[in-house]
Amino acid sequence: MELRAESISRRYFRKHGEANFIEAVCPVSLCLEGGTLTVLKGKSGSGKTTLLNMLAGLLQPSDGTVFLDGTDLYALDDKSLSRLRNEKIGVIPQGRSAVDTLTVFENILLPGILYGGIPRTDDAESWMEALGISGLRNAFPSELSGGELRRMAIARTLTAEPAVILADEPTGDLDDENTSVVLTALEQAARAGKAVLVVSHETDAERYADRVLCMENGIIR
Amino acid sequence: MKCISPVIRNLTRKPGRTTALVLLTAFLALSVFSGTVVVSSLRQGLGSMENRLGADIIVVPAEAESKASLKNLLLQGTIGTFYMDASALEKVRETEGVEKASAQVFLSSMKADCCSVKVQVIGFEPENDFVVQPWISESLNRPLEDMEVVVGCRVETDVGNNFRIYDRNCKVVAKLAATGTGLDTAVYCNMETVHMLLQAAEEKGITHKIDSGNDSDVVSAIYVKVLPGSDPGLVNNRLNGHVRKATAIRTAGMMTEVADSLSGVSKTVAVLIAAVWILALVILLIVFGMMVNERRRELAVFRLLGMSRKMLSGMILKETALCSFAGALCGVTLGAVLIFPFTTLIETSLKLPYLSPAPGTVILYAVFAVTVTVLAGCMAGTRTASRLSRVDPGTTLREGA
Repeated sequence: MELRAESISRRYFRKHGEANFIEAVCPVSLCLEGGTLTVLKGKSGSGKTTLLNMLAGLLQPSDGTVFLDGTDLYALDDKSLSRLRNEKIGVIPQGRSAVDTLTVFENILLPGILYGGIPRTDDAESWMEALGISGLRNAFPSELSGGELRRMAIARTLTAEPAVILADEPTGDLDDENTSVVLTALEQAARAGKAVLVVSHETDAERYADRVLCMENGIIR
Repeated sequence: MKCISPVIRNLTRKPGRTTALVLLTAFLALSVFSGTVVVSSLRQGLGSMENRLGADIIVVPAEAESKASLKNLLLQGTIGTFYMDASALEKVRETEGVEKASAQVFLSSMKADCCSVKVQVIGFEPENDFVVQPWISESLNRPLEDMEVVVGCRVETDVGNNFRIYDRNCKVVAKLAATGTGLDTAVYCNMETVHMLLQAAEEKGITHKIDSGNDSDVVSAIYVKVLPGSDPGLVNNRLNGHVRKATAIRTAGMMTEVADSLSGVSKTVAVLIAAVWILALVILLIVFGMMVNERRRELAVFRLLGMSRKMLSGMILKETALCSFAGALCGVTLGAVLIFPFTTLIETSLKLPYLSPAPGTVILYAVFAVTVTVLAGCMAGTRTASRLSRVDPGTTLREGA
């Protein structure tokens, strides 16, 4: 399994300022291989999330291509790309990413049943246990703290068992103990053959990484 | 593990939003269904009245004055007791251009056993009649005997019962189909019976006689059919000139008046339906517009997890269709509950013939109302679905992170 970006960049047009566009991500090439955990660090606004969204098939690059095992993500139509994302790419976004009308347990099972699959209840329960949210099974997202919501999103991604996991600040709302639990879980996923990218500005994450990349002003150094 | 349906979960776990959508769509369905049923009933009533009247001209005593008395009798079942000399019938028959003429005698009951109100008794000549007999034949396939009556559908008695009037027992031998007019509250018998009842009324001190006649020499109205090719207007004028102390009225004019009133009511109902729809559609669009903002984040999550734009639109449309369908069913049911038990009240208030459509037609109207409402809901939802499916999940989830 391999997720490969070739010279992808992203420009945003703007009405005001010296230039009429801003280069959020300068042309960058990157390869995420199965079985490795890559940490991408950098300051806020350096283009990390934009890069992650492009890798996830959520944001069309201005230039360049993204391949998943040889398939050009952005050459696919919306239906195929969505299906591919559901099956092979797990994204843990920043902020709240729960469906409020579903319970925590239902939220965790959601990716697996979107296309009529059998709910992975056992996996869901063990990841909830591992991430310390098993007591929140029947709670609704509105009843959860930021950290609990974040762990729910991580459990959801890990339960779906995608080939690629793209985590945007997965430990942002967590204390030290839970940070360690989450990073250990992501490391386990990498050891199980997944390609894991963790966007983080916390130094803790680097200890689990096979590779650390640093992004500055849209450029990976 | 129960099946997780985001659509059902969203509807059941957002009861306020779901109820609002159901109520709005119920309002739409109620207006379409009830409006359609009322207008259709009025049209059906007019058609029925035309069929039942079956005459080109009606000759009534001059004391009946205007066609208003007759119209009220026909439309609202208002008791009409006016009489003229029976010799008028011969004069009518002698008039040029008259093909058939048939007399009727009207008698009002003081109080019949069966009814809490007065009923109109109509005596007719089965041998000459072309107005009532064809209609009665649908319910009774033999001639009416003396002291036998046929009752309108709204007279509260059953076939086989005795109908007591002025201390005389008449046997109910048939009940007529509904016409939606005042004829539904009338009781029909032959001339012999009505004259016996007139005699009985006389014994009770209630006289129906004209100044110089006796019971057997009176008629209330003469129904006239003109010869094919004859001008009914001309025949009408001849009758007015030829028959003394009587007035000939063309039924076409009466029908035109009723049709004009009906047209006015239909237009009013159409305007009301249009107003309700415009209002409800605007509210629906506002509600859906608010939903766009409320659900941006949730739907971005669905996109993030691999739901395609088409699936997302489908999910929103499914929710809308379910709400609209539930609302439409509620609206149609409410419409049925509000209209069908109160047909008499509607008829009385509108002062127009009113005949409810057949059950099969009502079901068709209900299906029409449900379909139109679900389509309207889905159309309003499509705009929302289209806007929401274009949500950029990455950016949306970062906002307010």
